[in-house]
Formats: sequence, structure tokens, C-alpha cells
Amino acid sequence: MKHSRLDFLAGGGIVDRRSFLLAGASFLAASSLGSARAEAAQGDARIGTGFPGWMRAPGKPDTGYGQPVSHESQVQKRSRPVVPETTGFTLWHTPIENQRGAITPSGLHFGVHHNGIPDIDPAKHELVIHGLVERPLTFSVENLLRYPMVSRILFIECSGNTGANALSPFARDDSCQDLFGQVSGSEWVGVPFRHLLEEAGLQASAKWAIAEGADGGSHARSVPVSKLLDDGMVAFYQNGERLRGAQGYPMRLLLPGWEGNTSVKWLHRLEFTETPAFTKDESGLYTEFLSDGSIARFSFLMDVKSVITHPSGTQTLPEKGFYEISGLAWSGHGKLSQVEVSADGGRSWAQAELHGPVLDKALTRFSIPWRWDGNPTVLLSRATDERGVRQPTRAEWKARYASHSFNHYNAIQSWRIGSDGSVENAYA
Amino acid sequence: MMTFAFALPGLADELEINLGTLATEAELHSRSISIFPGGRGLPPGSGGVGEGAELYRARCRTCHGETGSEGPASRLSGSDGWMSFSDPLRIVRIQKNPLLVMSVGAQWPYATSIFDYVRRAMPHTAPKSLTNDEVYALTAYILYLNELVSEDAILTKENLPGVEMPGRARTVDVWQEE
Ligand code: HEC
Repeated sequence: MKHSRLDFLAGGGIVDRRSFLLAGASFLAASSLGSARAEAAQGDARIGTGFPGWMRAPGKPDTGYGQPVSHESQVQKRSRPVVPETTGFTLWHTPIENQRGAITPSGLHFGVHHNGIPDIDPAKHELVIHGLVERPLTFSVENLLRYPMVSRILFIECSGNTGANALSPFARDDSCQDLFGQVSGSEWVGVPFRHLLEEAGLQASAKWAIAEGADGGSHARSVPVSKLLDDGMVAFYQNGERLRGAQGYPMRLLLPGWEGNTSVKWLHRLEFTETPAFTKDESGLYTEFLSDGSIARFSFLMDVKSVITHPSGTQTLPEKGFYEISGLAWSGHGKLSQVEVSADGGRSWAQAELHGPVLDKALTRFSIPWRWDGNPTVLLSRATDERGVRQPTRAEWKARYASHSFNHYNAIQSWRIGSDGSVENAYA
Repeated sequence: MMTFAFALPGLADELEINLGTLATEAELHSRSISIFPGGRGLPPGSGGVGEGAELYRARCRTCHGETGSEGPASRLSGSDGWMSFSDPLRIVRIQKNPLLVMSVGAQWPYATSIFDYVRRAMPHTAPKSLTNDEVYALTAYILYLNELVSEDAILTKENLPGVEMPGRARTVDVWQEE
């Protein structure tokens, strides 16, 4: 057999995908040449003994609503109470290192619940639209479900995602879930706002809307009217089914590409105004401290960002040899144009494959083949979006913000590979 | 059927869906709880620093600390940042609870927002349980802890919007700049 030579695209063992596919094809051809031996049939033989138990008995009945198999039960959201003394305000992180593809299962979607998950009776829930409108209106859930709907595949990211790498003076040995688990991707289906606003008759002076949820803390954010009219929707369905309670059942606001906190869950009120209300979150938690001491407010857009999920922090590579480096990239400004990967600490870079369709403001999966030679090295990914804007380095990001600022962290991520195969978060 | 294929602006109008019902004044009044920087939305009532201090000790201190800056929940007083409170273990505590790098007194641009938030969301375990007078009193006490009002201050809807907050001068409005 002729062995195809692997072409290396960049240092540290990054393999050209085409040469890898070619080499793979010839290995495949070799293995399918195994000899077929004919055995003499025996009358009292049963084929059963050669098969596992699940092939020798009928299977279990299905259930009304399917659950993951027990062998995957370790794949769970992980919670981190923000204030351990009070259970109401808790972060739930998606295990994105277990996800392949670009859609997060609804039950694993991240959540930042500031005051728990309200148990809402959809028959009693309403959306009221008032303030600077010609006709203040109330909509029942039942009636809203009759409006024409749109479907969009989108990411949602909390502005605090990866905040630990912004704040911590040293790189914490945390997992991808811990560091990057506040981003998820879903298909969202709902009613575009402009239908409802036409019905209510928006006044010309209306520039902002105060969007409010029906949770214990009545979470509220001021949102520019232009965004609502552009691509805002009231979402009712996620990944083909009605919203989960943790995602805003019976309905939530959805603002594509904007910090998750503005996509108000359990939406029940929209008040149109000339100015923002400066709610608690736009006064404090969802603002950024800049390096000159000033405070940035209303920094709604989530900037271009990427992370290698395979392999990632706290995992161990079992041996040297072949791995597919794979990860996720996204930008609140639109589509990705490219993701580059380095396997030698940033000295050389190669362009990863983007798994299409590459959608506007959606998670995009990237991958590139890699042969690890067993030596210590550092893996990095850097994404560029359709504006041509590329992720900053950590040093560039830190220079813009005060040392205690942690929101909107989108610096290039590094994972350090040890000679023992350990994968560890690094500032490199 | 063709109209359904294009989600054009004006579609709802063309189709005359109109499934919303006119909201009554009473409905709107009971639900409109947003308070705006100029004072719009503030209810009648009043409360002073003294009453606020007592309420704070009974209903807020366990989560926000003796002087509003010790946590474990968000800091209500003092400046923001790593070095702004004199706890030798603060780095460890901030690792556990990053909210402690922020402060209402140093960051928030308008005092009206304190009234708005405390009334709708605090105390965390019993939101919307405080009377308007109690919320005025607690707002006064939080402002007093930040040396933004005097010890004998009594707040009402007339004077609360006039309290100047340091967070306002520090504000950069990223959205308006775009
Ligand atoms: C059971 C614990 C608990 C109690 C009691 C409590 N709080 Fe809070 N408070 C919290 C938590 C947790 C947050 C953060 C909530 C968030 O960010 O969503 C918070 C946030 C706040 C904030 C906003 C701080 C910021 O920077 O965002 C204010 C103001 C506040 N509380 C005032 C009060 C007042 C006044 C009382 C007493 C009436 C009170 N709290 C009682 C837990 C508590």
C-alpha cells in the first residue's frame, strides 16, 4: 500500500484537510481488503451467542417525551450561584465542549436567572404595549400565537460570558463550560415586533421601549425602538417546541446579536418612551468600566468571538496522534468571514473550515485536522467577522478596560497542552 | 396565499389581524412600575434616613452587609473596584463573588433607579412587599451611606430626582455614539 504524505498547513501539527482526506481514503481502501473466510454451517448452532444482550431481546417502549440516554447523563448544565447565600440569582452554564454542530439542545441552553424561574399560567399571561402609542393594547398569548411568525437560527450570549478570564489576574484552570458556557445557539420562532407596533400605532417621539418580564424581580431593560423594528421578535418556540420555563415561557423578547440580558424572558410589558429608564442593569451590572475610569452604558452588541471546544480546558489528550480541532465562533455584527487556528502558540496560523450554512448572528462550527506530536504547545483560535474585524488579544482587550471590568470579554482564547496531554486555560 | 410568503412591513395591517384589545387606564396604572430619571412614575409618599436605617437592619443587612459594602450580595455603597474596601481577603471574596467589584453609589447615574429597583425586586426573597414610604426611606438610607444626602434627609417624589449621583458624570453612552 502506498501511504499518502500529510501536508502541514501550519506549525504544531496543523494538517491540510485535503491531504488528510486523501490519506484517509487510502487507509480505508486497505482495510476493506480483509479476507472473507467461509465457515461450514452447523445445524445446532445459534447466532445469538455472538451478539450482545440488546440484540437478543425486544427493546423498551418509547416514551411520550424523549430523554437523553443514561450513558450521557453526565452532560448537564452546571450552576454557579452568583451570591451563594441567596439561591435566586444563579448562572447556569451550557456544557459547550459536549456540543458538536451549532445548535444547543433546549434543555442545555444557558440561563442567567436573576430571581429564579417564574411558574407562569399562560392563560393569565398578557403582553401590554403602552406609552407613546396611539392605542395602548393588551394581547393574550392565544391571540399572539395567531400572528405570522418568522424563524431564525441565532446565538444568545450573556455579556458576562468568559468574565473570569477578564477579571482573574492568573488563568484559572477551568473548563470550557465554566469559562464559555454562557453562549448557546437555537432556532427561535416568533412574531416580528413591527406587526404589533403597527397595530398599536407608534408615535414619532417614541425612541425607546422599556421591556419588562413577569418574574419575581420584574427584570427590565431599555431597548432602542430601531432594534425592535429592525429584527426584534416575541419568541414562542425554541428548537421546534414551545419555550422552556428557563427560557421565558410563555414568551420572551429576542434581540439578535445583542447581550442576552436585553432579550427579556417572560415578557409582559413594553412601555414606549423618549428616553431610557436607566434600569438596575443599565445602571450597574451590565455596564463596563473603561480604563480612564468612565462607565460605558448601552453597549448592546456582542462582538466577534471564538473558542476551541475540542479539545478544551480540564480535558486530557490520551496520546499523541490525530485529533480534529473543533470549536464555535459568532458575532453580533453579522456573519463570520474566517476563523484561524494556531497549534504553536500563535507563531503560525491556518484557516479552519467553516461548517455551513454560515448564518447571520448564529453560532458557526469550525474545524481543522491536527496531529499532536506529544510536545507541550498552545492552541488558539481567532475569528474575523464580515466587517473584517478580528478578535483582540487579551492584552489589547485589557488595555481598553479597567482591571475590574468583566463584561463583553471577547479576547483570543488559548489552551495550553502539556506533555502529559493535559489541556489548560492559559493567557498566552 | 402569495402575501404569506413575504413578511413585508405592513403585513399585519394588510391582513387586518388586530387581535390586541384596548388596555384600560386602571390596567395600565397598576402595571406601570418604571421610574424615569426625571421622576416620572414616582408615587406619592416620603421616607427619611432614620427609618431607612432601621428597615435596612431588619430586611437588607444579612445580604448587603453592615454598611452596604460587605456583601455577600451586590455592594450598595463605596467606590467600585478591587481596592475600594478594606478587607484583606477581598481578592478571594471577589473571585467567589464578582459582584463585589461594583457599587450602586459609585456607578449608578440616577437616584430614581434605586427607588425603581428596590420597589420591584428587593428584598430578594420577598420582592414587591415594601410600601412606597419604606422604599423612599431605604433609598434615602442607601444615598446616606454614600454621603449623597444628609442624615436628616427626607425623600419625596419632588426631591429624589434632584439627588446628584457620581455615576452620571462618568457615563459614556455607547449606543448614542454609534
Ligand atoms: C436574600 C438576600 C437579599 C436581601 C435580604 C436583600 N437583597 Fe438586595 N440584592 C440581593 C442580590 C442577590 C442582588 C443582585 C441581584 C441582581 O443583580 O440581579 C441584590 C441587589 C440589590 C441592589 C442593586 C445592586 C446592584 O448593583 O445591582 C439594590 C439597590 C438592593 N439589592 C437593595 C436592597 C435593599 C434596600 C434590601 C432590603 C429591603 C435588599 N436589597 C435586601 C440580595 C438581597
